[in-house]
Amino acid sequence: MHIRYSLAPLAMSALFAAPAFSASLGVNIEVPRLNVSEYHRPYIATWIERADNTVAGTLAVWYDVRTKTNNPEGEGTKWLKDMRQWWRRGGRDLSVPIDGVTGATKPAGKHQLSFTDGSAPMPQLAPGSYKLVVEAAREVGGREVVSIPFQWPPTSASQPTASGKEELGEIKLELKP
Amino acid sequence: MNTLRLRAAAIAAAFVAIAPLSQAHNAWLLPSGTVFSKADTVSVDAAVSNDLFVANHAPLRLEGLQITAPDGSTVKPESEAKLKQRNVFDVPVAQAGTYRIAVINGGAFASWKDKATGQNKRARGTPETIAKEIPADAQDVSITQSSGRIETFVTVGKPSALKPIGQGLELISSGSPTDLAKGEKASFTLHLDGQPAKDLEVTVTAGNTQYRDKLEEFKVKTDDKGQFSVTWPSAGMYWLDVSTRDNKTTVPNAKERRLSYAATLEVMP
Repeated sequence: MHIRYSLAPLAMSALFAAPAFSASLGVNIEVPRLNVSEYHRPYIATWIERADNTVAGTLAVWYDVRTKTNNPEGEGTKWLKDMRQWWRRGGRDLSVPIDGVTGATKPAGKHQLSFTDGSAPMPQLAPGSYKLVVEAAREVGGREVVSIPFQWPPTSASQPTASGKEELGEIKLELKP
Repeated sequence: MNTLRLRAAAIAAAFVAIAPLSQAHNAWLLPSGTVFSKADTVSVDAAVSNDLFVANHAPLRLEGLQITAPDGSTVKPESEAKLKQRNVFDVPVAQAGTYRIAVINGGAFASWKDKATGQNKRARGTPETIAKEIPADAQDVSITQSSGRIETFVTVGKPSALKPIGQGLELISSGSPTDLAKGEKASFTLHLDGQPAKDLEVTVTAGNTQYRDKLEEFKVKTDDKGQFSVTWPSAGMYWLDVSTRDNKTTVPNAKERRLSYAATLEVMP
């Protein structure tokens, strides 16, 4: 009888603990401060790629989303294709704006994003190797792609980083099992 | 005498005009862009020149201009301007998908010996009119038919499949012709009247030839299935051309058909 009672809370806690097992993923993107005469904030796309270079999911797209000429998609849609790799691999399949994905361009500095497996815009990832890809394209500036490979689901907490040379600063991927 | 000389000049000019079909110069279309994220306007240069893509010789005649939208409808060019060394036009691209911008040249030319004077004469026309150009008593008549296509492609949003033409020489791209990138391999099939064109030599030349000491073009041969592939060495605009001849003429009494194809393709970095 005693056993029965003591087991119940254990089973309950296992049930409620289940959501805690879904791993999370943080991305920290540094937009570098550039000393140029004409500066425009870069357009930046962040996405997860499978081993075969197909897009598992677009996490964030920052572009000129202002709608001053009553363009509901945002003023900047003409230049989305300049984030060439993202555009070709999957950006062109989407229709912007997308809730929780598209947003305004960001000033120089570090920007933190957090995602949870299976909770939009983060897709439910099957176990395997993936790449976090960040692509920046700047008006009258350059373009740069930085990627960080990772295994999913993560077995331990880790924070792999990679750095851009021109258009992107430090990119940090925060994996939490 | 003066009028005669003028007429001779006019005929000479007419022959300069058919230069696009000969090997002497490159005939090309140069779009201002090939990838667009939304409805836009593409500005296209059309010229004939040795340097790719420098309009320093003659405009490309646009009588055979045909612009096809992704849904198959025909698009009218806008703001057409005839310049001395190039023709220019805008293409409003509104639909999502891939547009085909092509200049089609179908013609015929004849040469013969004048019966009275024994002089060699030449004339140029369309397959329908060429017969009228030749006097009934002409000797040693030779008629040649020509069929050429010069084209380029532009995509708004997601590329769409292109409907094959099935006539003359034609490039069939296994992926989208606007999806090319440096270092990647692209596969194509060359068709002649809708059938695989085997054993033909395709020449691929990168633009900006004026900034290189060597042309650095490369040649690829089509295999038994008419297929060939290109691994793009660098980003930029490329000109791809191929020509051949056969005897499948549709012009009465024509013995030979000369076929040519040229495409301008953009390769992204």
